[in-house]
Amino acid sequence: MPSSGYDAACLPDLLPLYYRRLFPFAQYHRWLNYGGVQKNYFQNREFSFTLKDDIYVRYQSFSTQTELEKEMLKMNPYKIDVGAIYSHRPNQHNTVKSGTFQALEKELVFDIDMTDYDDVRSCCSAAEICSKCWTLMTIAVHILDRALRDDFGFQHLLWVYSGRRGVHCWVCDEAARKLSVAARSAVAEYLSLVKGGDETVKKVVLTDPLHPFIRESLAVVERYFPQYALHEQEILSRKESVDKVLALVPEDILFLFQCCIYEGNKACSRRYIGRALATAKKGQHFEKEIMLQYCYPRLDVNVSKGVNHLLKSPFSVHPKTGRISVPMDLEELDTFDPLAVPTIRSATVLNARVVCCDAAERRKIRDYKRTSLAKYVKYFDQFLDGLALSWKGELLKKSDLEKDF
Amino acid sequence: MQFSGRRRKVITSPQVELYGQALQFYGQPPLENMSLSEFESFAVDRLKLLKTIENLGVSYVKLSDDYKRKLDNESRNLNFPYRPDAVPDDRKSQVGPSEYEKRRKDHISHFILRLAYCQTEDLRRWFIQQEVDLFRYRFNGLQPKQKVEFLHKNNLQYDTISVEEKKTLQDKLVNSSHNVSGITVEDQDFYKVPFQDALDLVRTRKVYLKAGYVYIPHQDIVAIVLNDFRTRLSKALALTARSLPAVHSDERLQPLLNHLSHAYVGQDYSIQKNVGKISLEQIDSLSVKSFPLCMRQLHQALRDSHHLRHGGRMQYGLFLKGIGLSLEQALQFWRSEFIRGKVDADKFDKAYAYGIRHMFGKEGKRADYTPYSCMKVILSNLPSQGDHHGCPFRHSDPELLKQKLQFYKVSPSGISQILELVKGMHYQLACQKYFELTHSIEEASFSLNHPNQYFIESQRVLGGGKDIKREVGTPQRSQENSAARGSTTDREAAAAANAAKDLPEMTEDLDSFFQDA
Repeated sequence: MPSSGYDAACLPDLLPLYYRRLFPFAQYHRWLNYGGVQKNYFQNREFSFTLKDDIYVRYQSFSTQTELEKEMLKMNPYKIDVGAIYSHRPNQHNTVKSGTFQALEKELVFDIDMTDYDDVRSCCSAAEICSKCWTLMTIAVHILDRALRDDFGFQHLLWVYSGRRGVHCWVCDEAARKLSVAARSAVAEYLSLVKGGDETVKKVVLTDPLHPFIRESLAVVERYFPQYALHEQEILSRKESVDKVLALVPEDILFLFQCCIYEGNKACSRRYIGRALATAKKGQHFEKEIMLQYCYPRLDVNVSKGVNHLLKSPFSVHPKTGRISVPMDLEELDTFDPLAVPTIRSATVLNARVVCCDAAERRKIRDYKRTSLAKYVKYFDQFLDGLALSWKGELLKKSDLEKDF
Repeated sequence: MQFSGRRRKVITSPQVELYGQALQFYGQPPLENMSLSEFESFAVDRLKLLKTIENLGVSYVKLSDDYKRKLDNESRNLNFPYRPDAVPDDRKSQVGPSEYEKRRKDHISHFILRLAYCQTEDLRRWFIQQEVDLFRYRFNGLQPKQKVEFLHKNNLQYDTISVEEKKTLQDKLVNSSHNVSGITVEDQDFYKVPFQDALDLVRTRKVYLKAGYVYIPHQDIVAIVLNDFRTRLSKALALTARSLPAVHSDERLQPLLNHLSHAYVGQDYSIQKNVGKISLEQIDSLSVKSFPLCMRQLHQALRDSHHLRHGGRMQYGLFLKGIGLSLEQALQFWRSEFIRGKVDADKFDKAYAYGIRHMFGKEGKRADYTPYSCMKVILSNLPSQGDHHGCPFRHSDPELLKQKLQFYKVSPSGISQILELVKGMHYQLACQKYFELTHSIEEASFSLNHPNQYFIESQRVLGGGKDIKREVGTPQRSQENSAARGSTTDREAAAAANAAKDLPEMTEDLDSFFQDA
């Protein structure tokens, strides 16, 4: 992914600056402490660090925000992952009787990775992304956000850009944190429509009746499909990509496409698609299946299933690109540009400038703030304010019970 | 339970209330004395029933007519309840044990197996899965009125939604499920159940879900009940595990319980008898001659792209361990292949070597992982984009499977036989047919349920057909993997004989039963 001359060699110098001046420790702690409603929630949380030279350390835990800050400044992690809340302090897990150290709770998480779409995107592959295929992430976020809120009733969702080629979702509701492995896996499967590996050609099969969830998801896909698939990805323009689409069409309708599409005439092929749709038998949903196979979110169920699964932390740096994993404001989702996300270099450099110049200079640089980390931290604050409302209720309940006024 | 000597105590008065219901949640343990021989025979019979359920569950769609018929047969043969409308003390009109006695056997045997299967996570998971399937089959056999009665007797209280709400949601309710029509919505009560209590319905998207609640018509309350059953059993097993030391102190029981819990697994191919007997150079030719299709596919993908994703590494790596690769050989094998791809030696040592050592029990919690059985390969960890693991008969497009078989020079008639089996969802039978075709034999002498078993049988055939085990006294096994075969009289004679035998002999029969299955 083109990252304007980023070199991982700068990390040893820039990370200390980042952690000292920019990493939002106060907000971070406010999040993971969850209002202090449950005892030792923050203290029993596992973090894992990847240090220089790929040294990986698990079962890190901290008693206070200050301790977290100190340790991070000391260890200078290249990568930070967040894990579960355990029954005991993770950094003391060796002292606990075997079998009793267990992962108890964690946010419900989702990981959408662009490489899982390699068979349906033509502009990039593997770790590369561009503005054309980023639409897939936009679609994924719209669909999953709606489903998690409307269908499952979750309210506190934090969407985070992974820093390279995907997005993560952290569902922070209390009910979500307490979900069992079976429940997490059921949620992930409910949300899965694209099934099958390299050996499977047709990955989406729809049968009547179409579940309301599928209808809602299709509505989102249909909004983006013409611009994204036909125009940007040009799935009907070149022979190889056309062949791939035709492989998903039922045999009895196939003949309608043969002659026309190979001419590369888009208008002609659309007319034939229309005729094919009219001819399609009741219960055949091939045009929907094609759209879903090209656009519907592909999640890794294994990431969501495990209570103890470690996932990249918001506001950590992605060592391969230098970009910071920033929370995404869903109001601005359609204009989100992953290539404009601050890198550790731009953020620290900008911060240095702002700090060491006079008021007049600062006013000139005000516009730069739009690309700095500040707006992402502000959005994170708003998210936390919403989350805090749920704690307040709990804390009141608790103090009432203990008659502690 | 209290254990007296070998004297059988006769129960004189029929306790109709105790076994008044055909189906139960096994909330209360039995409180009676019984003989040790009855204790043993009950346990063994239930285990046979659960094993049948496991096998049927892979070969047939659960609750299909074939499935139910075979399970009915097996229940009848083993003297377990199978007709839920029979009345408890109706002894006179039946040959053999009465309905009451069958229910008593069902009750007691369940609790005995809890003792044997509460000890480890794997055992618990297996036991719960089979008991849930058994419960599902039995609940499905109840009349609607009996179902309602069951719910009320077992305290499953969920709220119903108002008529207005039903009207507003009508379209969505109808579109969420095959068996909900406009009439269903009008006629039946709909319950609002938190989604965590109806995971099976959520997972398969067979229900309307809104704001964290699923809306279930009365007729579908089964899934909820099953979930409840599963949860209760899971908690109960955890409690049972804690009281095990007391049970184990009774020396009459410990050997039987240990044997019961080992029997379910049969061969798990984790004990490496042949470590070091396979050399790395042989693997390519072995993959063609003796690997099942799933492993041949994985090996091919590995050679082609010099890489396999996690699911593939686990499935194939453990299989290789099972056929006798040592840790050093495995490391060399994976390393040399990955280096040909995009991974350099350093990265391999950092990122992948750990995983391989983990497989061999040298890292982390040092569990010596067992190679995946066919059941596990078919049912868990579905392959997705970029994956090559799973069972080709289950997970590959039929067209691609056909092409692959053609490429591997399987005859056209053979291919259509295989595809027929795949269509009927008999994946292991399809693989067995593949074995027969590639080894040019008429009929495989084994019932396939493990990739490593395929390998061993293949080597055996290619090495000159040595001793193929046939136990004396157990019914002949035909090709179909059904444990319900064999005449009733055979079984009853065997069961009666078993009841009188000493423990060591009985456990031998248990062994032979499961090895053949």
